[in-house]
Amino acid sequence: MATRDDAKGTGVYSIIAIPIIIWTLIPLLWTLALSLKGKDALANADANILGNFWPKQVSWENYQLIFTGGASDLFLPALRNSVIVCLSATVISVVLATFCAYAIARLDFPGKRMILTTALGVSFFPVIAMVTPLFDVWRNIGLFDTIPGLIIPYLSLTLPLSIWILAAFFQQIPWEMEQAAQVDGATTWQAFRKVIVPLAAPGVFTTAIITFFTAWNDFVFAISLTADKARTVPAALAFFTGASQFEQPTGGIMAAAVVVTIPVVILVLLFQRRIVAGLTSGAVKG
Amino acid sequence: MSATPELDVERSDERPVPPREGRRRHLSDRSRAERNLGWRLAMPAFAIMVAVTGYPILQAIWNSFFSYRLTDPENKHFTFLSNYWVALKDGVFWQAVGVTFLITVITVVVEFFLGMVIAMVMHKIVIPRRTLRTIVLIPYSIITVVSAFAWFFAFRTDSGFVNHWFSWVPGIDPSTDWFGNFWGSIFVICLSEIWKTTPFMSLLLLAGLAQIDTSMEEAAEVDGATYWQRLTRVILPNMKAAIMVALLFRTLDAFRIFDNIFIMTGGANGTSSLSVLTYNQTIDRVEIGMGSALAVLLFLFVLLIAFIFVKAFKVDLAGGRS
Repeated sequence: MATRDDAKGTGVYSIIAIPIIIWTLIPLLWTLALSLKGKDALANADANILGNFWPKQVSWENYQLIFTGGASDLFLPALRNSVIVCLSATVISVVLATFCAYAIARLDFPGKRMILTTALGVSFFPVIAMVTPLFDVWRNIGLFDTIPGLIIPYLSLTLPLSIWILAAFFQQIPWEMEQAAQVDGATTWQAFRKVIVPLAAPGVFTTAIITFFTAWNDFVFAISLTADKARTVPAALAFFTGASQFEQPTGGIMAAAVVVTIPVVILVLLFQRRIVAGLTSGAVKG
Repeated sequence: MSATPELDVERSDERPVPPREGRRRHLSDRSRAERNLGWRLAMPAFAIMVAVTGYPILQAIWNSFFSYRLTDPENKHFTFLSNYWVALKDGVFWQAVGVTFLITVITVVVEFFLGMVIAMVMHKIVIPRRTLRTIVLIPYSIITVVSAFAWFFAFRTDSGFVNHWFSWVPGIDPSTDWFGNFWGSIFVICLSEIWKTTPFMSLLLLAGLAQIDTSMEEAAEVDGATYWQRLTRVILPNMKAAIMVALLFRTLDAFRIFDNIFIMTGGANGTSSLSVLTYNQTIDRVEIGMGSALAVLLFLFVLLIAFIFVKAFKVDLAGGRS
């Protein structure tokens, strides 16, 4: 590192940023490129430009395959399951965690540290270790391959995360507002509902996004605890087959990947600053 | 409002109450009510969190003492530690342990250096500051399975572009089969894992960088310290806490690696991690007893790593403050 960095920041950092941006974007562009390749372009390098990267002829057949064609039976129910399961797990976790984190940040009661330590411990839990017993029990009590059978284990991913992030967010809230309300005669509960909830809403919303990402990403529970009815998108991608058994499912998988990636990328573009604050808040102590 | 988010749970929020006689009873009622409300608000989340994780692990420990195959429930019988004994004697188990540690070490080390560079650039960059932060964050939001497929197809001989782009590198030609051998597979698995999780690492490191008092760095520069000296003597020691947290989080996360391996190789060429091995035993072979024993062993490894880190972390914290 021979470069002397200027405290004001020079073009050096902008130049180093270029390879970082390329490294990040290439797999995304590649996913998009594959989804736009027809059968011919997938099999034959000569039908592509930039060293087999981008198709000469853009084809929408993969999107047709997953929305109206042979793979729609697999993809559309999976998309629906993913949305239902992830939204349910997110809402349940964030609602419960909001109360919990408020108590931790605001009220004085024994056991606060224990709750946070437990949340941290649970979030390090190897997911596969929970799958083995659940696979057996879920089969016996009829929760195997059902939506609730996925939501319940998802809570073990989403609840600790929500508690941890929300507790950090809530500790930054200007609590004088609540005291002011209480001086004016509001009860603790009223102060919570009328004053703190509006103040806390951005933090809650950010926590919901991060929690949703985590649920949306799950693969281990989804392939282990479902057969076909409750399968979510990540699990369905692993079971994609081509239009015929002689065809690779590459294009269809990537088209489905693009479809499930677009909404989360939009969330990142819109709420980048908040997501960064949420991800780092619980982890970094002063 | 503090600039640095702090999880200082021991902080008590004493309200300024005038120390007058007659207020005391009111105060103790109030603090008792606060304590009750605290538990009532925190309890549902805490209870459900403990139930959904505590129950499966207890059930796993119980199941691990049985010889129990799902297709043959009649034959379920207590064998105590025999599953553990069988696993610990088997080379397949130790191969999986080795692969898991290998991938964990490679990815965490690479991500730390890469994450550090990215964090420093994000910290100092002026032009495209927001764009860079947004782009760097994107892989974090991508489903791991999608990342696995993207990298998998990129390295395939039929559909991929990597062999075309890097055919000038000795040893790579259009027919190089990355997934035909152990090291090729591990390389691509690690690449996908690194691409997906470096953003998280770099954001944690960035938060640590942002907390360093810039005047210290400037003072070192005025005193004639080189860039390398400022980095190793000022910057890194002052963000030790953030580094340890980032390394701990990522190590425990990397140790659970499953998705990338499952998608790319399914464990072929000896690339099964502990999670993949546990999955195969439980779901494919429906050996609930053996699968549970492997799950418990994996859990013990995670506990051990966390314990080592927390010990090291505490030492560092004290060292940094003295």
